[in-house]
Order: sequence, then C-alpha cells, then structure tokens
Amino acid sequence: MLLKQKSNLPGFHLALGYTVLYLSLIVLIPLSMLFIKTSTISFSDFWNVVTAPRTLAAYRLSFGAAFIASVINIFFGFLIAWVLARYRFPGKKIVDALIDFPFALPTAVAGIALTTLYAPNGIIGHALSQIGIKAAYNSLGVVLALMFIGLPFIVRTVEPVLQEIDPEIEEAASSLGAGRFEIFRRVIFPTVLPSLVTGFSLAFARTIGEYGSVVFIAGNMPGKTEIAPLLIITKLEEFDYTGATSIALVMLIVSFILLALTNWAQWWASKKVGLS
Amino acid sequence: MSNSRTESPLVRWLLIGIALFYLGLFIFMPLFIVFSTALEKGIAFYFQSLGDPDTIAAIKLTLITALIAVPLNLIFGIAASWAIAKFDFHGKNLLLTLIDVPLSISPVISGFIFVLLFGLQGVFGHWLRAHDIRIIFAPTAIIIATIFVTFPMVARELIPVMKAQGSDEEEAAITLGASGWKTFWYVTLPNIKWGLLYGVILCNARAMGEFGAVSVVSGHIRGFTNTLPLQIEILYNDYDFTAAFAAASLLAFLALFTLVIKSLVEFRYQAELEAVHKNKAH
Amino acid sequence: MSIEVSNIVKTFGSFKALDGVSLSVETGELIALLGPSGSGKTTLLRIIAGLETADSGEILFYGEDARDKKIKDRQVGFVFQHYALFRHMTVFDNIAFGLRVKPKHIRPSEDKIKAKVNELLHLIQLDWVGSRYPSQLSGGQRQRIALARALAIEPKVLLLDEPFGSLDAQVRKELRQWLRRFHDDLHITSLFVTHDQEEALEVADRIVVMNKGKVEQVGTPQEVYHKPASVFVLNFLGNVNIFKSRMVDGKLANLYIRPHQFDIARKPQGDNAIKANIKYLNPAGSSVKIDLLSESGNPLQVEIPQQLFVQLQLVKGEDVFVCPKDITFCEYEI
Repeated sequence: MLLKQKSNLPGFHLALGYTVLYLSLIVLIPLSMLFIKTSTISFSDFWNVVTAPRTLAAYRLSFGAAFIASVINIFFGFLIAWVLARYRFPGKKIVDALIDFPFALPTAVAGIALTTLYAPNGIIGHALSQIGIKAAYNSLGVVLALMFIGLPFIVRTVEPVLQEIDPEIEEAASSLGAGRFEIFRRVIFPTVLPSLVTGFSLAFARTIGEYGSVVFIAGNMPGKTEIAPLLIITKLEEFDYTGATSIALVMLIVSFILLALTNWAQWWASKKVGLS
Repeated sequence: MSNSRTESPLVRWLLIGIALFYLGLFIFMPLFIVFSTALEKGIAFYFQSLGDPDTIAAIKLTLITALIAVPLNLIFGIAASWAIAKFDFHGKNLLLTLIDVPLSISPVISGFIFVLLFGLQGVFGHWLRAHDIRIIFAPTAIIIATIFVTFPMVARELIPVMKAQGSDEEEAAITLGASGWKTFWYVTLPNIKWGLLYGVILCNARAMGEFGAVSVVSGHIRGFTNTLPLQIEILYNDYDFTAAFAAASLLAFLALFTLVIKSLVEFRYQAELEAVHKNKAH
Repeated sequence: MSIEVSNIVKTFGSFKALDGVSLSVETGELIALLGPSGSGKTTLLRIIAGLETADSGEILFYGEDARDKKIKDRQVGFVFQHYALFRHMTVFDNIAFGLRVKPKHIRPSEDKIKAKVNELLHLIQLDWVGSRYPSQLSGGQRQRIALARALAIEPKVLLLDEPFGSLDAQVRKELRQWLRRFHDDLHITSLFVTHDQEEALEVADRIVVMNKGKVEQVGTPQEVYHKPASVFVLNFLGNVNIFKSRMVDGKLANLYIRPHQFDIARKPQGDNAIKANIKYLNPAGSSVKIDLLSESGNPLQVEIPQQLFVQLQLVKGEDVFVCPKDITFCEYEI
C-alpha cells in the first residue's frame, strides 16, 4: 500500500494517479528519451565530442561564467538581503518587489536589454569603454548577464533567514561584550550560511544552462564566446544528434548533481532553523 | 517590524547606497532600457511596429500557448499539491524532485528532449511522418515544450500553502457529511485562493516568456511558429531595435504586472497567515 | 444511540496507540475519555468517528457494524480540539454547512436551514454573531460555534476532542458547567477526551481512564476516585500518599491513602498514628492542604476541613500526629 496511513480525506488515488500520469507523459518519458538515445552512442563517440576543444571551451564559458556570477552574487545578494531585512529607507517596498524582476522577465527580453546596455554604444557600455573595459560580446558580458539572472535566487533565500533571527540573541551577545563585527561573525553568519549555500547552488544551477539572456550578449564565436546551450542548438541544426546528445548529457548530469546539492543544503538549513 | 540595529548611521547608509547602486545597475537599468528604446522613435512608431502582421501572429501564438499550457498545469498543480500536502506516502520525495526537474535543467535541453521524441530522427519520427502529423517545427511542439517548462509553477506555490494550512478544516467538512469534491470546492479552494492566483500568474508569465525551449522546437517560421520572444529575437537580429523593444515592452509590462500581483498576494496572504497562527494559539 | 467497541487495536508505524480496547456506551450518556498524552484516547475517539481506521476490532452503533460505514453515514458530530472552523465562511455559513452539503433529495430548504441555524445560535447563546467571521471571535465563542456546527446535522453521537484544552482557566470552568447543563437538556450520547481529571470528575456520567493504549478502569466519578482499580488510576485522579511494605492481614502490601483520609491531632489517636512535622500550610481554599515530613523521613500530604484547621490552630514547624481513617487502595506484593 502506497499510503503510509489510511487517511480519511478522499481523493488520494485520483490526485496521485493524475499527477503520476501527467509527470510520466511530460517529464519521465521525454527525459528518458535522452538517456535511451545516449545508450545508442558509443562511448568513444561520446568522449570525442565532449572533449573536443570547441565543446570544452563552451563548458568553460557556461560553467565558469555561471560560477563567477554566482559567487559575486553571494556577496551582493547577501548585502541586499541584509539591507532589505534590517534597514528602513524610502522606496524600500518597491525595491523589494523589483528584486524578482529578473525572475519574472522573459529571458529574451533580458538578453536584448542587457546587450543594448553594455554594448559599446550603450549607456553603461560606453562609460566602461572610456576606461578600457569591453562588456559585451565577450565572457564579461556573459558574467554580467548571469549576475542579473541569478540575483533573486540568493536574495530570496537569504532574506527570510535574516528576518527570522531573534533580535534578543544579538542583544544577549552584545550584553556579553561582543562588538558588532564579533556578533556578525559568531552569531549571524553561521545562522545564515546554509541559506547562502542553498541560494548559491540555486543560482548556479539556473545559470549554467541559461540561454535566452546570454545568447545576445555573448558574441557566440565558436571556441571563444560560445555558450554550451548554443553549441547544442548548432549541433542540432547540423543534424549531429550524437554530438548534441553527448553535450546535453554532461550538462544534465551536472544539473542533477546540483539539484542533489540544493536538496542537501535545504535539509541542512532546516536543521539549523530547528536548533534556533 | 522595528529592528534597532546598532551599526552607526554612516555604515548603514553606506551599505544601503551600495545595495541600491548594484540594484540600479543590474535591475533597474535593464527595465529602463526596454521602455526607453521602445519609445525612441515615438509613440506612433511604437504602435505601428506592434501592428506588424508577423508580430501580431507571434502575439496570437503566445496567447494560445499560454491559454492551453496554464489551465493544464493548473489542474496538475492542484492534483499534485493535494496528494503531496494532505497525505503521507512512499515516494513523496521522489515526486517532489521530479517536479523540480524542469527548473533545474537548461531550457535548451528541455526543448531538445522533445526533438529526440518527435523529431524526424526521433523515436516517433517515422510514425508521425507516415501519418503526416507535424509536431516539431509546428505550434504543437511549442505548446508541449512550454507545458514542460512551466508545469512546476503552480504546484510549487500551492504545496507550501496547503501544508501550512493543515487538514483540520477538511476533516471537519467530512464529518459534517460533505463529499470529497464539495470539501475541496467549498473549504480548500477558498483557503488557497491567493497562492493559486499567484501560481497561475507566474505560470502564465513564464509560459508567455519561454524562449530557450521554444527556440529549439519551433523552426522559427515567421508568422507561423514564432512566439513573441522568438519574434523579438528575429527583429533584434535584423537590427530592427525599436520594433524589437516595442514587442519586448509588452512582456516587460507582463513581468511588472506579475510583480504587482505577487506583492498583493503576499500582503493579503501575510494577513491571513497571521490570523491562522492566532487561531491556533487560542 | 448506544456504542459498543470491542478489542480495538491500532498501530502507527511501530507505536501501538490502542492495545485491545473495549468500551460500551449507553444511549444518552456523557462519557469522559481520560488519560495522559499518548494514552490513545484521541485515537479511540477518531476511530469511533471514522477519521481513523482500526487495525482490528469491532465497532457497533445501535448493534450495527459501523466499521464499513463512511464517515458521513455514521451521523457523528465531531468537535475538533482547535475548532477547525471554516475561516472563510461566516459563523452562519459554518453552522449551515452540514445542512447545505446534503444530497439534493434530502437537503432542507434554505428557509428551514436559516431557522435551524438561528435556533442553534440561540441555544449556544450567541444569537448576534451570525454574520461575523471566526477570526473576529474569542476562543470560548469559537468553541461553542464548533459545537453548534456539529449539532446542526442532528447527530446521534457527539464526539469532542479536548474541547476546552486551549482556553483560559476561567473560561474552561464556565464552559465545563455549560456543557454539563447542555447535555442534561439534549441527552445526546456524548464522548469527550480530556487529560484534566478535574474536568472529567466534574462533567462526566462515567469516566474511562486510559493509559498506554489500554483501559485502566471504567466507572462513575465516585468509583474511579474512591475505588481506583489500579495504582495508575489512583495516581492520575488526585494526590495520594504511599506507605510501602506494610503488613496487612499477614501479607506485605503497599498502602495508598488520599490526603483527605487523615485525621490530625496533637496527641496520638490509635496504633496507626504517625508523628510528623508540618513543613508547609496552604490555608487558601475550601480545605487546608498541609505538607508534612514524618519521623521516618517520608513526605506526607494531608487535607483537612477549614473548621478543623481553625479549631486546632496549627502552625508551621510544629509536630503533630496524623492518623489514617481509611485506605484508598491496597496493593499486595506478590
């Protein structure tokens, strides 16, 4: 019997049945296609594609930029969460609502907007080119775009944890002689750490496969500024199913590892909350 | 909520300043750019470019896709959250992980797996060609891919809401003689309406804005298999910037509308959540 | 409606909530299921309601097997511990709910429903809250509305799960008496769960004392208090003094004596008198509670009427003699 306890509420079998049916049709069967297709590819073919210079360059760009962007967002995301959770200033409510803007905005719109901004003739791009920095059509552009995309994940994960911290705990530490920095280091930071890890892995997972918001600003030169998802599309257009599948498989495996990491981090975070 | 922080005002305002600067740069500027570029050539041109036949066709396809994907995902969301939030069963965690899958994989891969399924060289490719059914490079594939990418939205909103509310009221309704459907309709539904609303709005925004997955399966056939995001890409690549941003502004409005609804829901739901806690305390 | 429960067993995972519980309830009785947390009393109540299913055992309503009956066919009114009022409906709609969801062919007309709801509001003395929402009312008011809602469907049995658990002491006392009077007027067979022995003793016709999934004793309040069937019942229903390893009729036994079963005097009265020193006096209340330490180092709790206390003019720290008048329970050592 699936149910752990016979329940008096009706509709379990109907609800679960429909859910499993839908999931099978929409998720399981299509996903398994990828794995079935992979099994028809010989390992040497797979290895050749995945270790080809162009592929490796694409992975470096996609994973590398995602990593850098997510790390940077840890700092700024934390800062923004701190400011939102603890300080009051005019317009705070609007700012708070707009944090989710990258999350709600379609990626293509984000892509063209960011490119227009950072291109040499764009508002910010022009200012940057004055100091010799090129922010579009290269990897820096990709990092900037991913910083836009990943920010809400970290802010929204950290903010509630910061808000939950009992002021009395800080007051107690203060009465025991700890200075502000000490309180931060010993009391606040350890509490927030699991949510930072969760937020990071969420942002990272989201940004490694990002397409719409980066494909305009990236430059898309094979071997230099080509992101992995674009490489998959290119292979598809060339009818190189083997190549596309191989590249996709590696990305999928990384995604699932990150999913496991996120789940673990959330479990770790919930244990911390239980303690406080 | 008054937190008396003891950082000096100087430190405080410095931190606020840095935060606002970062946000300004990364969040507000892109928003501003969308609308300023869209209106660069004036209001008349703005509406004219929106009236372009290909753009209108793209808007239509986007609307149809959302009209199909959102209700289907809504039903799924309700069914899944009912099963997950109100019952304890083996395999629940597996189910939750599966629901999270579309959110953790690249949208391009999401579209790709449907090509593997329905494409010419795909599993069903031969069968489909034999029956003259076109899925890939036709609106059908776009709709299916969109369903895939957005189906977790409603469920993820509803599950925590339904969990937080517990099953007491449903049990009470059952003891009073209500059937399962009546219980759901009269008792559960009114209680989850705000979470439901937000889930639907979010699902809709993502459905209309989906780009990566749809890009892979659509074939980019102007006037036929272009959704609004794809149309924006085409216009942009044709250096028709103003028209591209005009179309983009529609989606930007949708994003802003989504945020407004979210704030509203959080406001109303917060009040209710507090009332629920007060209920239990007495 | 009479209820007959035989040999109910219920396990949750590895935890045995009910281990062969049998019970028989007469029509019109008001029964208390009394016991500590984890004793199984709420589980038993929910099984009778149909909200849980027993692993084995029989349940008979009026002699008919109720086990396969769906919840809604059992005609049971259930009042939840935290009321479970429908927060999105007015008080009126809450009470009317059970009537409105009846299948079309037996559903009363909206006029009849209105009349019934108003009648019930009058019965619970809350005529004026019909258009309010639950969140606007106090705990005690919500409790009464939950009761009215359950009564609307004219149940044959009324089940209440810790009905007064989450209320202030004063409100609890008032509602207790109200429930007793209410039951005297309506005579619906009722079972209520409580962990408060005072409540059970005050309100119930009979008390079912439960512990660790088993029934320890079933009896009237007098029976369970004065003639407890086991040490557990003894300890649970009031304070008791233990005298270990005394000789009774040639056998070794532990003697249990309640505080009010002692006499106090300044001179020993009989062979059983015990010399003890008064450690603490609590004269506030209808009787006076005295804590003493006996010569042999055993703590004693004694209760005497105010009159006697005033008469004797007892003082903290003085030595007195306590003499047991009766034994509440005698536990022979094997």
